[in-house]
Order: sequence, then structure tokens, then C-alpha cells
Amino acid sequence: MTTVEASTERRWRWPIEIRLEPRLTQPAWLGFVVSLGAVALALVLGGIVLKLVGGDPLRAYRFMLMASFGNLGVISDTITKATPLILVGLACALAFRMRLWNIGAEGQFFAGAFGASAVVLTPLLAPETSGVWLIPAMMLAGFLAGAVWGFLPGFLKARFNVNEIISTLMMNYIAVAWNNFFIFAVWTEGGFQMSRVFPRTAWLPRLADYAKAIPEFRGLTAHLGLVIGLLAAVVVWWVLYRSKWGYEIRLIGDNPKAARYAGVNIVRNTVLVMMLSGGLAGLAGMSEISGVVHRLQGAISPGYGFTGIIVAWLAKLNPLAVIPVSVLFGALILAGREIQPSGLPKMIQGIVLVCLIASELMIRNRLRVTFRPVRS
Amino acid sequence: MVPHAVEMRGVTKRFPGVLACDSVDFELRQGEVHALLGENGAGKSTLMNILTGLYRPDSGLILVDNTPLSFRSPRDAIRAGIGMVHQHFMLVPSQTATENILLGLGEPRFWMRLRQYNQAIAELGEQYGLMVDPRAKIWQLSVGEQQRVEILKMLYRGAKVLILDEPTAVLAPQEIEELFKTVRTMAQGGKSVVFISHKLDEVLSIADRITVLRKGKATASGLATRESSKAELARLMVGREVLFHLEKKHRAPGEVVLAVEGVDALNDKGLPALRDVSLTVRSGEIVGLAGVAGNGQSELAEVITGLRRLTRGRVRVHGEVMVQDRETRGDDTLVRRMIDSGVAHVPEDRTHVGSAPNLSVTDNLIMKGYRDPPVSHGWSIDSSVARSQAESLRSSYDIMTPSVETPVRLLSGGNLQRVILAREIGTRPKLLVAMQPARGLDVGAIEGVRRLLLEQREEGAAILLVSEELEELMELSDRMYVINGGQMMGEVRQADAATIGLMMTGTRLADLPASVGKGP
Repeated sequence: MTTVEASTERRWRWPIEIRLEPRLTQPAWLGFVVSLGAVALALVLGGIVLKLVGGDPLRAYRFMLMASFGNLGVISDTITKATPLILVGLACALAFRMRLWNIGAEGQFFAGAFGASAVVLTPLLAPETSGVWLIPAMMLAGFLAGAVWGFLPGFLKARFNVNEIISTLMMNYIAVAWNNFFIFAVWTEGGFQMSRVFPRTAWLPRLADYAKAIPEFRGLTAHLGLVIGLLAAVVVWWVLYRSKWGYEIRLIGDNPKAARYAGVNIVRNTVLVMMLSGGLAGLAGMSEISGVVHRLQGAISPGYGFTGIIVAWLAKLNPLAVIPVSVLFGALILAGREIQPSGLPKMIQGIVLVCLIASELMIRNRLRVTFRPVRS
Repeated sequence: MVPHAVEMRGVTKRFPGVLACDSVDFELRQGEVHALLGENGAGKSTLMNILTGLYRPDSGLILVDNTPLSFRSPRDAIRAGIGMVHQHFMLVPSQTATENILLGLGEPRFWMRLRQYNQAIAELGEQYGLMVDPRAKIWQLSVGEQQRVEILKMLYRGAKVLILDEPTAVLAPQEIEELFKTVRTMAQGGKSVVFISHKLDEVLSIADRITVLRKGKATASGLATRESSKAELARLMVGREVLFHLEKKHRAPGEVVLAVEGVDALNDKGLPALRDVSLTVRSGEIVGLAGVAGNGQSELAEVITGLRRLTRGRVRVHGEVMVQDRETRGDDTLVRRMIDSGVAHVPEDRTHVGSAPNLSVTDNLIMKGYRDPPVSHGWSIDSSVARSQAESLRSSYDIMTPSVETPVRLLSGGNLQRVILAREIGTRPKLLVAMQPARGLDVGAIEGVRRLLLEQREEGAAILLVSEELEELMELSDRMYVINGGQMMGEVRQADAATIGLMMTGTRLADLPASVGKGP
């Protein structure tokens, strides 16, 4: 029995013991504080790396902060970047709540952009139509096109149990190719791979449009899409936490067997949630087309659909938390481009992500530090 | 004086928010069967997990053969001759008994000379009355046989002290008898056995001495069995007098609420699970369904609640056909129809079917009623009404939870069961299908559950009670059906456990000698 250690034997031990213990209750503010702490820690870690490669972390961070929040102009740019992220983040948060892994927000974004463009370019409405009609029509078309893109994998999942991860992923490629066909062949402008510019009536109003009345708005690109995104966040929050349907979504997401036992129609909900999720991502596409790009072209998304997955996850699938997380990501995207095209900003983005995801541990657990009495 | 195999002195273990063991003394003599009795959460498992090296005590001393030892892992404990058979078996289903027993031993080194090991294990089994085919794959074995493999695993490792954690929870009555024989053989052979249980009758029949734990403290340490009684043990366990025989008022049953007529159904693997099953439950009566687990009870309960399709026959509630074969409506429609016509269901699986672990107590309580006023109006759920309903259920059903917003995964098993019972009974059901409503609960909580069922009966509910505890069924039921292999063995009004035991193993009532089973 040589390996059995006798407890009477004296042995040096750390005077402090640190253990993780599961939390029994989680106060409401905890998630916020821990996330903030995680971001702070990430910046410290990033700073160390910066220092190691010979940079000045404080200067770099100051520069990044100025580049994304330094003046009204860049704040507006940050918000413009955050706008599609909010909508796409909501799309993912909603689907993920039901454990539907919709990673096809990118494709639904393109479908939405296509749907909105079709209203102007086909044209479904006469070019002289006023914006009051044209914009809502584009929103509806964008939403519906995205919803159709969500419906297909949703229906396949509900009816034939086709894995939605694969089907939504594949639908992304189809959406991009579909768009390409139209910008190359049908709506091409003089052989370029883009459509003509939309008439002004099809543009979402920007702050800059009101520069005559309020001079401070001159050159500000933030557009009405932000309002759409904020409203959508409130609506999705209400649906999830205050409606019967949202209750069913949360129930299915947490325990499908319990949902079945409670008589919830899982098939119908799968299709509906995928449609709403696709619709929200479609709305993001519409907002980007009509608020920023003003034409249909190939490069309309630097992967918003995929960033939306991360946004939703970091927001812990809470629709309201999607808003600040999107702004953070908008800022990182913008500041990153200001510093250098690749490398450092991506690294900091990565460190922030890892820290935020790891901080989950601190929300579920807490540190317990005990001081051991010194044995005599 | 018989030497002590194990002695634990003043063992204390603290978990966040709980003192799981509060300076507990425990002595295990060589060659005795020592029962460790206590309610759920009393600290039985913690104490034994300390003894087997899974946890380390905050303070206290462990002596094995009068030598103080401290274990860092179960491996250390088994080296010192202490082995534990856990409630949930740790076996690899696709491997044979022998392979499972050898797993992790480091022998045989390279060549699997299985024949020799098979032989050794068969001999060991014979010695202690643990009959298992060493060459059989685990998945082919019954639960009782799997348990024997677990015990053999410990014996093969040279355990002198065997800890059995709630070993009877998964066994049929006959298997329990065999286990008891084995336990006695092992004790006579000089092994010391710790028998963890919360079932008083078992403890009284198998143990030489008893240690009772309540809320982490030993309320009795090494009490001789013959000097104790069921009532005294219950008092030591619960801290108050416990009523074993609840008063059951005489009540003439009313009209037929549930009629199951010639039902066939398949199990999840697509094999026949029910064959020509018929039964009726009338209002104001509790009808028991007895049977060894896995004989079709779960499938029957699912058919009645609309969760499983039937391939033949029909189910009526209040005379109206609710489910029949060649049903084309969706599952949710069938379940909804049942819920809407007042059928409540306490499911067998509390965590995987009966609740949504990450949702709050409130959300779990509205699972059946969220579609209707006052909880919801139109599309929206009135969260203040849901909350106040939850608060009132929480107080009337004694649900111990920090708040109604707490996710139910943080609740203990007994409290989770209260949440489910509160939800299902709180709706004043016309028919209640209760699967094992008291399983895994402790004496005090069981009394509470039984009381609730009897109250429902008095209020005129029809209750189908499915349980593997014969005693519970005989105590509560007005009538009983016995099921075996998916077929009804017969209906009994009053019968002794032996008759029902025979029926549970597959003898039809009609085939039994006329003298038994019919009752007075």
C-alpha cells in the first residue's frame, strides 16, 4: 500500500486554496459585469502581445478608440457597420434559441438584398413611386425573400429531419450564385458586375440628408436601418419573453421532449422560426443595399451573416444584448481597418472573443479562496 | 470484540451552501452488513464518496484496519480494499462481463487470454452466488445481472469492504431476494458490506447494524437492527413521526373516465410493446398498474396521454374516442386533445420529459396552462399572472426554491417532482396518469405525494398509478392490474405480494390456483 498516503504525514501545502464552485444563483448584473471584465482582460492580453512585438499598446488602443468613437463621423460609421450586424445577430439569436443552427444568415442576407433590389430593378414598382411606398415595399420584399431562404431548410428539417447546419450552409452558396447571375447577366450595368444605382427614392434616409437643417449631420452615413434594427430587437425580445409563441420556442429549445409532452407543435414552430430568422437576415440585406450600397453588387457583405453567429452567441442569445455587442463589433471592424488591413485588429478581435466565451465559466461558477490554517 | 474494518471519525465535508457531512462517526465491523440510512441529500453518498476517495474530507479521520489513511482517488481506495457499486452502473455495453471486470486493471498485459479469466470470474461468482455468464455482453444482461458484474468487479479487485449505493432501486422483487442472499454470503465470508438505502423495510431485513444520517449529521450510529423499529428509524431519518398508513376514506367509484380497449403499440425500436391491453379507471378511484420496469408501462402511459401512437384498439376518455389506430393527426394535436379534456400526466422521466431544466420554476409551472386565460390573452403571456400563480403553487406544494425565477435544474429531485405534481394536480385533472410519482423521493416526501394522490381521489379524479413499488401500489390502489411483456396478466382487487409477484413474472391470474388472488 505504498501509494496510499498517510494523512498524519506532514507535507508542505499552499497556504491559499483557490477553487471553482458552481453558483447556486446568478444575479442579473453578473453577466454584464463579467463580460465587461472579459473585454478588459482581453485588452490587457492584447496589450502584452502588442508590447512584445514592439508596439505601444496604449497608443494603439487610443487610436482604435478614436477611430471608432473619436468623433461624430466615425461614431456614425461604427453604427452603420453595426446596423446589419444587429439584424443578422437577431436572426441567429432567435433560431439558436430553439437550437436551430441557422448558419445560413449570410445567404438569407443576400436573398434579402436580392428581393429588395428586385422591387427597384425589375421593376415591380414604377420608378416614380415615392419613397413612402417604395421603402416599405423593399423591406417587405427583402424580408420575404430571406424568409423563403429560411423556409426551405426549415421545412426540410421539420418534415424530413434534414440537418439544418448543412442545408443552410449550402443555401448560402446558392444565394450568392443567384445574386451573381443577376448582377452579371440581367441587371448588369454596361457589363460591370453590378446593377445601376437605385433612384434616390429607394435609398433609406441618412443623417446626412438632413444636413441642411442640422449642419452637424453633414457627411454622416448612419441610416434608417438602425431604427429598423432597434425596433426588430424590441420585437424579437417581446416575442421571446412575452408571447405564447416565444414560450414555445424557448421550451422547444431547452427540451424538445418536454415541449412534445406539453403538446407544442414542433414541426410548425421549426418552419416558422426559420422563416422569421431568415426574414430578419433578409431585412439586414435590404437595409445594407438600400442604406449603404444603393445598388446590387457582388461585394455587399464582408461575412455579416457569419459574424452574426458570433454576435448572437456573445449576446447570450438575448435580443437586447445583441445591440451593444453589434456596436462593439462594428467598432472593431472599423478600427481594424484604420490600423492595418489585417493582423493586429483580427488578433485583438480573436482575443476578445476567446475571453468572452471563456467568461461563461465565471458566470456559472465563482472563485472560492480559502486560507488554510498553518498546521503546527 | 469484532475488529473494525473501517472507521470514520468526525468526518466533515462542506459544499457551497451546505454542510454535507457534519463530524460524522461511522464504524464498520468486519463481516457485518451495515446500513446507511437517510433521506435524499442527507449526506449518505457524500460520506461514502469520501470513503472511496472521490472527495476529500475538510476534516476528520479515516482508519482502515486501524491505520489512518487518506485517499486521493478511488484507485487508492480499492487498493486499500474498499470498493463501491454505484447506483448508475459504469459498464461498457458492447463488451463482455469479463472484459468489463478486467477493464483498467492493467492485466492481462497484451494477449487477452480470456478463457482463463472467464474461468476465474465464473468461480468467483459461484463462491458468492453471483451467477453471471462471464462471456455475455453487458447489453444482453438484465439490470440485476449487470449489478452482479459490478459487484464481481469489486470482488475481483480484492475488495474487503463493499459499498452498495441504493442497490435495490433498479431491481424486481425476485432479484432483490437474490441480492440479499449474495450480501449475506459475502458477509459470512468475512467481507464487510455498507448498504446505502432509504427504504426502511429493506434495511430492517438485511442489516446487522444501522447508521442514520439526517442533514449531514448522524442521528444514530451503529444502532443494532434488532433493537430498532421502523417507526423509530423513520423518526431518526425525517426528524418527526411519519405516517406509513394514510387513512383512505371509503369512496364509491363513479363513472368510467378512462377506457383503454384492446390496444397494441410499438416501442421506440419498432417492436411490439403492448398487446391487446384493456383497462378502465373510474372517477374517484386509484387503479394501480404493477409490473417490473420495461414491461410496457411507459408505452401504455404514453398511449393514454397521446404521446405514442397505437397500432390497434382505442382509448376513450369520458366515453369519447380520443385516440385510435390509423390516426392521421399530428402528435401535438393528440397530446393537446388529451390535455384539453383534463388528462394530467406525471411522467416517468422528470428531467428529460417532465421539465425544461434551464427554464424558470414559473415557466415550468405554466407548461400545461400557458395557452389559456388567465395566464395568456391572445398572443401574449401575462407574466405577472404566471408569476403569482407560481408563487401560490410554490407555497401550497412546499416547493423549496430560492425564487420562482430560479431555473429548475438547480432544484433537488424531490422539489422538481413537487413542481411537476403542482403543475399536473394544480389543474384539477379528471384523469391523472402518474408514473412512479414517488420514485427516488425520501420518506417524508413520499408521504406528501401519497397524500396528494389520495386527496385527488377524494375529489373525484380518476387516477392510474404506475409504480414498481408493490407496497405503494397495495397501499394506495382500489384495484390493480398486473402487466408483463406488454400483456395484461389480470386484474386484482386485493391480493398478497406473492400472487402479484407471480403475475409480474408472467403467470396469468386465470392460470393461478383458485385459492389465491381473488381476495375476500
